[in-house]
Amino acid sequence: MPITYHNLHLTRLDGAIPVWEGEIKPGDLPPVCQNVADGGGRLLALWGSDARGDAGERGNGFALHVVLVNEAGLICLSMALDAVQPVYPDISRIFPAASRMQRAAYDLLGIYAHEGHDHRKWVRHGAWHGGSFPLRKDFDAAQNRDPLSNSLSKTTSHSTRLQETAAKSLVIPQAGERTNEKGNLEPLEPDAYPFVQVEGQGVHEIPVGPIHAGTIEPGHFRFSVVGEKVLRLEERFGYTHKGIEKRFESLTLQQGAKLAGRVSGDSTVAYAWAYAMAAESIAAVTPPDQALWLRALFLERERIANHLGDLGDLGNDVALSFGFAQFWILKEQVLRNNAALFGHRYLMGKIVPGGVAADLTEAGKQTLREECAMLEREVRVLRGIYEEHAGMQDRFIAAGRVEPKLAAQLGLCGLAGRASAQAWDARVQFACAPYDRLDVQMATYRNGDVAARVIVRFDELFESLRLQREILDHLAHDGELAIPLERLPGNGFGVGMVEGWRGEVLVAIHTDVQGNLTRVHPHDPSWQNWPAVEHAIMGNIVPDFPLINKSFNLSYSGQDL
Amino acid sequence: MTMDQSLGILFQLYQSLLVVLLAPLLTGWVNQCRAWLQNRSGPGLLQPFRTLRKLFHKDAVIAHNASPLFRITPYILFGCMWLAAAIIPIVAVDLPFSPAADVIALVGVFALARVFIALAAMDIGTAFGTLGARREMLVSFLAEPALLMVLFTASLISQSTQLPRIVEALAHHQFVLYPSLAFAGLAFVIVLLAENARIPVDNPGTHLELTMIHEAMILEYSARHLALVEWASSLKLLAYISLGIALFFPHGIAEVGNWRALPLAIAVLLVKLTLAGAGLALLETLLAKMRIFRAPEFLGTAFLLAVLGLLIHFLLGA
Repeated sequence: MPITYHNLHLTRLDGAIPVWEGEIKPGDLPPVCQNVADGGGRLLALWGSDARGDAGERGNGFALHVVLVNEAGLICLSMALDAVQPVYPDISRIFPAASRMQRAAYDLLGIYAHEGHDHRKWVRHGAWHGGSFPLRKDFDAAQNRDPLSNSLSKTTSHSTRLQETAAKSLVIPQAGERTNEKGNLEPLEPDAYPFVQVEGQGVHEIPVGPIHAGTIEPGHFRFSVVGEKVLRLEERFGYTHKGIEKRFESLTLQQGAKLAGRVSGDSTVAYAWAYAMAAESIAAVTPPDQALWLRALFLERERIANHLGDLGDLGNDVALSFGFAQFWILKEQVLRNNAALFGHRYLMGKIVPGGVAADLTEAGKQTLREECAMLEREVRVLRGIYEEHAGMQDRFIAAGRVEPKLAAQLGLCGLAGRASAQAWDARVQFACAPYDRLDVQMATYRNGDVAARVIVRFDELFESLRLQREILDHLAHDGELAIPLERLPGNGFGVGMVEGWRGEVLVAIHTDVQGNLTRVHPHDPSWQNWPAVEHAIMGNIVPDFPLINKSFNLSYSGQDL
Repeated sequence: MTMDQSLGILFQLYQSLLVVLLAPLLTGWVNQCRAWLQNRSGPGLLQPFRTLRKLFHKDAVIAHNASPLFRITPYILFGCMWLAAAIIPIVAVDLPFSPAADVIALVGVFALARVFIALAAMDIGTAFGTLGARREMLVSFLAEPALLMVLFTASLISQSTQLPRIVEALAHHQFVLYPSLAFAGLAFVIVLLAENARIPVDNPGTHLELTMIHEAMILEYSARHLALVEWASSLKLLAYISLGIALFFPHGIAEVGNWRALPLAIAVLLVKLTLAGAGLALLETLLAKMRIFRAPEFLGTAFLLAVLGLLIHFLLGA
């Protein structure tokens, strides 16, 4: 049992990683969260689901799902919420990372964190009206297409019961909004979003983005500065919201796997594996051994490619284009080998529920062994150059520091967490097959600055190369690649978590009575780590921000679902 | 008009045209060298010309709140840089326009261009323009005195602030090594890097708007305005490298009217520019961009070196 708390009954789910599930009462949520936090645990994900159409006792309202993690495993807590007043206790005071997740849950589903300290909208940018919630089953996309037609009267819902609850549902004006006479929310001005103001002599704001000078993902950064010194940074995202979670609801298991692999292009293997792991947990099947080894191979190759790319980009951000070019030549080599051996540069669609969709020949193994040797040789030289380059180290050291204590408070995870002494790596703590046979060495560092994140990347790169070699030795050729997994059992719930290159990627799947996907929630580690970037930049100077941001290299698309 | 005068004007026209065409080529060469040093194949020498042609064919987009200052600045900038590049004796000494500006006035011409681009950057009122203008001023107010000190060292040796006199004094005397000029030369390289928005002070190739200095000031320019600004930047780089050549390696320069020396002078100039461009590319490949608050230390070093050059001149008389 990961935690003991009276009133809380946890049951272990089938699957590759240790996951417990249990129902929780609203009053118990904060103490349980506090209990987990006190034990060094973290919040992993928070989302809501619309259970109003479900049969049985669950079918009386909405549900809130919270996943906590501690050394023993994942704890999935579900809380039934009232259909008309879907309110739950705020947990962002215990886990600061919860704040944005709670705001997103309100925008998408209309469930509301009582006494939360920040109720501004998060993913809604005027693409749908305030007061209507896309993830509700009775949401009418057609009626919401035109932002000017503010009318709920045309609602065509499938059941009258849903219609009744929708009309009476809790609608709360957020900052910068008011309720109009029809009960809808409208902004006081178009897309109003009050940023936190910093006042004082000589303080001014620099708004950056969402359109940038380079080809990067859209995000808005509001700097409050004195001269070049940053007093405060506030992030505003959601510009790449594309309704992925809504789309999942109408997909089959196989189509869902394809979509899961496209949540965040640079982590396609991690998402596809996490999705497959969740599905396999519901169906209580274990993929063939051969498939598991190949999955690990894909995941390590994804890590290798992304770390190479990031190390190059970090060189580019301090204008050392030499490093940029060298690392990207190496990354390109990895991607080309992926394309030649597996049929896709980023390995999209190569992991399917039940197994994998690509094999490796003996000749292919040889190619990868040679690639490994080449990469080890080249990266060792490049690491020497990076570490001895005075100008570069001067930029890296002490820039964007996140102290271990702060990192623990914020629940910093993944690569950035390990650079701030947060020793979490799902491949180590919750080693699913085949990692249980690999003995992964976790790379951690204490300094928490850009230099530390570079060191962790180098260490993980070498470790991944070592793992890749070991995986190649274990790969046999006789095994099956996948077991057929056509449909999931009804009323199922499963969670998959994989240590992607950026951090732990989680996918949760709920199925309805017939076994269709009713709610799929992909969760990117960027949710936890973006708030840390706001802290990392404080006290640094404005021109250092791109470097600090790149050293985290978080996903915009992965969290703007 | 005497024969000498008309020949002089011919030489002047010739150099003026030469620098305008040579400037983008030099930028192309530096970029090409950088590409080679980074294991890339590079876009070729003519890429800056292609960029200019593309920009001149586009329609300009100008902010609603732009004042006339914003529109005329690219022309002033281009004019200043062209003037600077045209009067520095690189092909021949004694050009008729040369007396128009001595070294101190030359620094003034650069300063004039800077004032206008900084004002234009703030004119639009975007955060980046102001940010860039502020940083440009931080860098230039430190670079300018260092440059003046370098020029004073050279003019002390030749007893004149007129560039042709300096070049004559250095080029046509017997070859002597001046220790004071060695210090001044080092200082000049630092100033050249800072003033031309090169690594390690600025990064001409960056797309990170928050780190930009020069690029941040010209973010709002497009089409023909941007083309002129880019061309002016190329001219400025050429002018600075020419100035360096004139001060430190003037040997091989032709005298006005000496037709026979002209082909050799141009050949020597091209070799010098090629080497200077390659050297610049090498420096930019080896260095990383420094934190912006290191720039004062960097330029302080330049000033110190230039002052050392002056002191050495007074102490050793060389």
